[in-house]
Amino acid sequence: MLAYIGRRALLAVFTVWAISMLAFAIIQLPPGDYVTSYIAQMASMGSVVTDEEAQNLRIQYGLGQPIYVQYWKWMKQIGDGNFGFSMEWRRPVTEVIGERLWLTVVVAVSALLLTWVLALPIGIYSAVRQYSIGDYTATFVGFIGLAVPNFLLALVLLYLGFTMFNAHIGGLFSPELQDAPWSWARVWDLLKHLPIPALILGLAGTAQQIRIMRANLLDELGKPYVVTARSKGLPETRVIVKYPVRMALNPFASTIGYTLPYIVSGSIIVSLVLGLPTVGPLLLRALISQDMFLAGTIVLLLGIMTVIGTLISDIVLVWIDPRIRLEDT
Amino acid sequence: MTLIGEPLLSVRNLKTYFVQDEGTVKAVDGVDLQMNARATLGIVGESGCGKSVTARSILRIVDRPGRIVEGEIWFRRPAANGGTGSQAVDLAKLEPNGVEMRSIRGAEIALIFQEPMSSFSPVHSVGNQIIEAIRLHQEIDRRGARGKAIEMLRRVGVSSPDQRIDQLAHQLSGGLRQRAMIAMALSCSPTLLIADEPTTALDVTTQTQILELMRQLQQEDGMAIMLITHDLGVIAEMATDVAVMYLGRVVEQAPVDAIFHSPKHPYTRALLRSIPRMRARSRERLTPIAGAVPHPYDRPAGCPFHPRCPDFMAGTCDRESPGPRTVGARHTVSCFLYE
Repeated sequence: MLAYIGRRALLAVFTVWAISMLAFAIIQLPPGDYVTSYIAQMASMGSVVTDEEAQNLRIQYGLGQPIYVQYWKWMKQIGDGNFGFSMEWRRPVTEVIGERLWLTVVVAVSALLLTWVLALPIGIYSAVRQYSIGDYTATFVGFIGLAVPNFLLALVLLYLGFTMFNAHIGGLFSPELQDAPWSWARVWDLLKHLPIPALILGLAGTAQQIRIMRANLLDELGKPYVVTARSKGLPETRVIVKYPVRMALNPFASTIGYTLPYIVSGSIIVSLVLGLPTVGPLLLRALISQDMFLAGTIVLLLGIMTVIGTLISDIVLVWIDPRIRLEDT
Repeated sequence: MTLIGEPLLSVRNLKTYFVQDEGTVKAVDGVDLQMNARATLGIVGESGCGKSVTARSILRIVDRPGRIVEGEIWFRRPAANGGTGSQAVDLAKLEPNGVEMRSIRGAEIALIFQEPMSSFSPVHSVGNQIIEAIRLHQEIDRRGARGKAIEMLRRVGVSSPDQRIDQLAHQLSGGLRQRAMIAMALSCSPTLLIADEPTTALDVTTQTQILELMRQLQQEDGMAIMLITHDLGVIAEMATDVAVMYLGRVVEQAPVDAIFHSPKHPYTRALLRSIPRMRARSRERLTPIAGAVPHPYDRPAGCPFHPRCPDFMAGTCDRESPGPRTVGARHTVSCFLYE
């Protein structure tokens, strides 16, 4: 078991390394570089950047060097905990991202937890009471949730909150605590603001997971081992939860890996609408202005999140299904 | 046991229907059965004649949309509060998932069935599932239950049971799995074991071993066995009594010798003619039963067997449905030939 986890962790390190190269390559893909977009930006404001200035900027940022040299320099900096300098913000990348990263993780994880807390019981109910009114209701609401774009839902909620309760439900903090240092009051404020974004971000996932849980469980419910469990005289709830639900959880565990980054990258528009201080909008801006180290760092962090998520789901899978453990040894 | 003399199980006019949009499937349509304690009742019949649904109705684990619409299932159980003697309960009246039914299911009536490959959960150890059954019905701590489970596995002939108990089902062979299944079923000393095609999926050698094991355990523990099969050879070897089912009804029930030597119902006779004989001349043809089993949505009126019956009496068999008649000691038959 430990050997299994160890092997997976080692693989994860290699994967992260590969992702870092890929991330760096991806941000180089668009034509031009930061200086090009800087010149364009200046031009739109009426000022002109001379060729000499542009050349100086390129030298200053090391943009003229071959790509592998740039990559190598970046990697060396990361080794020292320095993820590079954001050209647009003129501050170190770590400072720009700052607490946004943790807020992103908090929002993503709460959306994920909310998804599961809602989807698992509803999915189980839908399967066990197939074709009941409750099942049809869950299906109906589920498909609505799947079909409505979540930024639209965010707009509707903002509008309703504003017109009916005169409350501003955007953001993660009250205005007075926006830039305050961390305190219990600020944590509490965050918790109070969290449910709405978590709900909006988790809704589509919830709808999808309800359908997955229902389908999985329906497959399992007819299996002979369920009859065996029932014929022992176990109470029905225990029959269902201990046996078929456990089997039906399997695909859930395997999706942990990509659900986390999906929520982060899928949340850009919602974050813009709701004014959430997460990395999503930051990534968008960095990509537009070709702020390469900032964009690269965010892409790298998303990759690391995927890898960590996959590692977690590998471990959870082994715990749920001991057959995997046996195959491996 | 004090139960001898009175039937352990008495099923009367049991009807289990599956009501669906496409129509009602009358899987069990008026079954009458009698079973004595310690006896082995073989239930034979073609696929789809309602053998398994009858068994599941007795255990009250019929899957939706199936449900018992009529009939009684009288089961004799030891008197409550530790008194002597026994009392009969009508299982058909109990709540399927109620406390009383669950205290009978698994403890007094146990089930083993066909698929030894998938009848254990693939992700729980065999021991976990046996111990669960033991602790559900008995006041015993985890370690005691584990000891008991190992003992049960040893009794059913599983070698090195103290290691096997922690294995997963797919690490055991089909035969071992069925043995483990029997160990689990018998771990609470039931008075009735329902074995639904217990050997169908096993090879012939293993099949004989499993049947031998069941017979031996029956002698030791004194339980009754309801053996559901379509294999008349297994019936001849194991059963004391036989019930022959056709389209959701018991058409004939009799002691095993009477079934094989003086079958009364035309269906029983046809069934016996259709099995190969050891001393048959070479190239002798088998006699199949004419026609096919009717579609479940389209059951014939009157006696369900009349379209295929060689002794069909027009005007009688296609109008009314014959009830069980006693034609000998413990021998009943549902046919107008004997009315």
